[in-house]
Amino acid sequence: MNISNVSRRNFIKTMGFTGGGLVLGTSLLGCSSGSEPDALPELIATQGTPRELDVFVQIGEDNLVYITAHRSEMGQGIRTGLPQIVADELEADWDKVRIIQALGDKKYGSQNTDGSRSVRRFYTRMREAGASARQMLVQAAANAWRVPVAECLAINHQVIHQSSNRALSYGKLAKLASGLAVPDPKTLKLKAKSDFKYIGKPITIVDLPDMVVGKSQYGIDTQIPGMVYASIERCPVIGGSVKKFDSTTAKSLPGVLDIIEIKGKDAPPLFHALPGVAVIASNTWSAINARKKLQIDWELGENQTHDSKKYLEQLKTSVQENGDIIRERGSVNSVWKTNPEQITATYSTSYLSHAPMEPPAATVWFHDEICEVWACVQDPQGTHQTVAQELGLKPENIKVNVTLLGGAFGRKSKPDFVVEAALLAQQLGKPVKVTWTREDDIQFDYYHATSAQYYQAALNEKGGVEAWLQRSAFPSISSTFSPDSKGPADFELGLGFGDVPFDIENLCCEKLPAKSHIRIGWLRSVSNIHHAFGVGSFVDEVAHLTKKNSKQMWLELIGKDRRVDLEKEGYQFKYGNYGESLEKFPIDTSRYKNVIELVTRKAGWDKTLPKGEAWGLSAHRSFLTYVAVATRVKVNNGQLQIKEIHCAADCGTVVNPDRVSAQMEGAMIFGMSLALFGDIQVEAGAVKQSNFHDYQMLRMNQCPDINVHLVESDEVPAGVGEPGVPPVAPSIANAIFAATGKRIRDLPLNKSIKVT
Amino acid sequence: MKINVNGIDHQLEAEPDMPLLWAVRDLLQMTGTKFGCGGGHCGACTVLMDGQPIRSCVTPLSEVKNSKITTIEGVSDNGEHPVQKAWIDAKVPQCGYCQSGQIMSAVALLTTNAAPNDDDIDLAMSGNICRCGTYPRIRQAIKNAAEKIREES
Repeated sequence: MNISNVSRRNFIKTMGFTGGGLVLGTSLLGCSSGSEPDALPELIATQGTPRELDVFVQIGEDNLVYITAHRSEMGQGIRTGLPQIVADELEADWDKVRIIQALGDKKYGSQNTDGSRSVRRFYTRMREAGASARQMLVQAAANAWRVPVAECLAINHQVIHQSSNRALSYGKLAKLASGLAVPDPKTLKLKAKSDFKYIGKPITIVDLPDMVVGKSQYGIDTQIPGMVYASIERCPVIGGSVKKFDSTTAKSLPGVLDIIEIKGKDAPPLFHALPGVAVIASNTWSAINARKKLQIDWELGENQTHDSKKYLEQLKTSVQENGDIIRERGSVNSVWKTNPEQITATYSTSYLSHAPMEPPAATVWFHDEICEVWACVQDPQGTHQTVAQELGLKPENIKVNVTLLGGAFGRKSKPDFVVEAALLAQQLGKPVKVTWTREDDIQFDYYHATSAQYYQAALNEKGGVEAWLQRSAFPSISSTFSPDSKGPADFELGLGFGDVPFDIENLCCEKLPAKSHIRIGWLRSVSNIHHAFGVGSFVDEVAHLTKKNSKQMWLELIGKDRRVDLEKEGYQFKYGNYGESLEKFPIDTSRYKNVIELVTRKAGWDKTLPKGEAWGLSAHRSFLTYVAVATRVKVNNGQLQIKEIHCAADCGTVVNPDRVSAQMEGAMIFGMSLALFGDIQVEAGAVKQSNFHDYQMLRMNQCPDINVHLVESDEVPAGVGEPGVPPVAPSIANAIFAATGKRIRDLPLNKSIKVT
Repeated sequence: MKINVNGIDHQLEAEPDMPLLWAVRDLLQMTGTKFGCGGGHCGACTVLMDGQPIRSCVTPLSEVKNSKITTIEGVSDNGEHPVQKAWIDAKVPQCGYCQSGQIMSAVALLTTNAAPNDDDIDLAMSGNICRCGTYPRIRQAIKNAAEKIREES
């Protein structure tokens, strides 16, 4: 780590900091060098370059501490979580801390807020940044008082000299400290856990007061004087284009200012603007309304033959045959020949759409030779680069302001909607806001892949599993970036499939090819969604066959406490481990088992329930966090009701327990929505669903009691935003089976059972 | 066209079929009321019309006429309404985007029902989707706010 004192550099102005004082730019080389830590390492490397990281702590003569939030806030509480780490080590008074949202800028290192990695990647760095500033302030006070530094103590926003009963506030010391050398990182004294004031505490998020009075600014809320509003009709099939169009009627409607065609680009989709026709108007509604009167003749292209139902049937057929082996231990084939006691099952899941409550929205204004963006983006640097590439602009002439994100779940790390606004703004010469309608959002997403999986197990005479085979087929996210994508990529197979933690003598994992016909993208917990459903359901099926309960089966399959040795356990694919080393974040089977024990104990899993009610269990490690979920359902007259959910999570050190609980609560609900209802269907190449009436979300009346149990841990912090989601769907399906004897192997569940 | 929002009359140049949502957001530049679906499915755009919760995305200006509209900006001067305070105490919001609509629905519920039970809450709140998943905390916050209102009355 290399922290430099940069108080006199000119960026202070751009940071909105005006007074004199101490500004620390902590240049943390090596933090994210090498492979970019991400669920999608290969892909993201093309979108965001790993670079030195600058995290800024500014202490003003106004006695306020300004902390730069360089990650995007989308409900996970990161604008509070990272600053509370800095403030703790800094011994700052939280009431005197102000948060500044960073622009998209390479100097911050990765700002790509996905992969559940903000805290795990920046926890230590934020502590070091806070401790550096604290030590400089202490040194400044010692110099001022001409006393040894060891006699001075930083405490609650001031430095004190106890023996002479003197104190100086951080504000008074800021200027003095700004002239000092930055301490050698080796000399930094980080706090002991027992001295933490903010880390591990349920600090209220900084944005809360504005949120309850309607003052928070999201991407869709941007207002620029002279701004015009755009709504875009896009080609319903990916790969199609505009043949010709007639805008006479649309143009004649009140409020309409202009009609502009957006040209598409050749495959792969990347983050290109989709081909379409934009209506420019003096307000959003006039643009949306006039759009309906456009008459467009589309060239639909070859994907118009895509039918998701037929496609999924093909995938389900394909996984009945051998695929390419990605992991092998022992020989499943020799067991199949000798042991007739076998069980097989095929599972499927549908395409899913992110559907954040705030649809994609971006405002762009070309002024003073810069292209200025205001948008709800998870990846401001990726946005910066994409806009530069797509419009042929110099990167230094682009400025990306990050607003709050009204939900994102992965959708808003794809900046296609910003490109649209930039193209229109460039052409119009005035600020343009593009607002996606809900129909646009549901029909032009980067979808979570539909998938098929096949499982086969052979049982020994003791009811143990002698051989275990699993196959997975789904269109890959890589198809969005490369025309050569043939199916599941290693980074996707490492998400809960190739890394199953089971200690089985004969184990085989295979992949099968699948072509993409719509834009495929990452959605909260990514391929873990379908893999956890397959694995979690099949464990339950095997348990039932061997007359064990699901908990016992899980614990037996996971086997003895160990840190998984990839080579010994037959890994033949490139396992990413979420961009982290296995030394720091091993696959630790004892933690897996612990969350299972915890959730079953807390839920009262063993208690007898009334007829028609039952518990279902599942567990999953993703984003380096271990989560087990127990769900109690009631099935009455064929109607499913989810009554209660317990979630046990071990995500290592917790910075803000309230926000971690909130993320888990939200993950249960996100998981229930996709398990019960998540079904994007494609017919003739176009998405059939269009809004919340036919792409349903869980609502208040369907929401059960939710109980989150966090494991107290001193392990390094792991992911939080995503890992709650995967075990939810299998826990529900397993509960339905326990309650009714009916095994549902296809998501969403409402295709097979009525949901109350 | 004239509309009254949060006690103030506004003269608008707008077509009578423009939904109230867009008039409030784009013409009056009050962005606290959110667009979520445009079809009355999600409740993000909920405002009060003469005290009744309505979906402003499907309410044309022609239906608003002489009614009094209350948006999130008009619930209280400084966030001191018991519902807003309960929202803060229960730390309800995650991304916060749907919360204006949630709060408006809750305010309307508590105006007519000072002691809502779970069924009442389900009925009043099931039109409001929260994708982040804050329902359990919304339920708790409504109960807490109801208790405060009862104590104070």
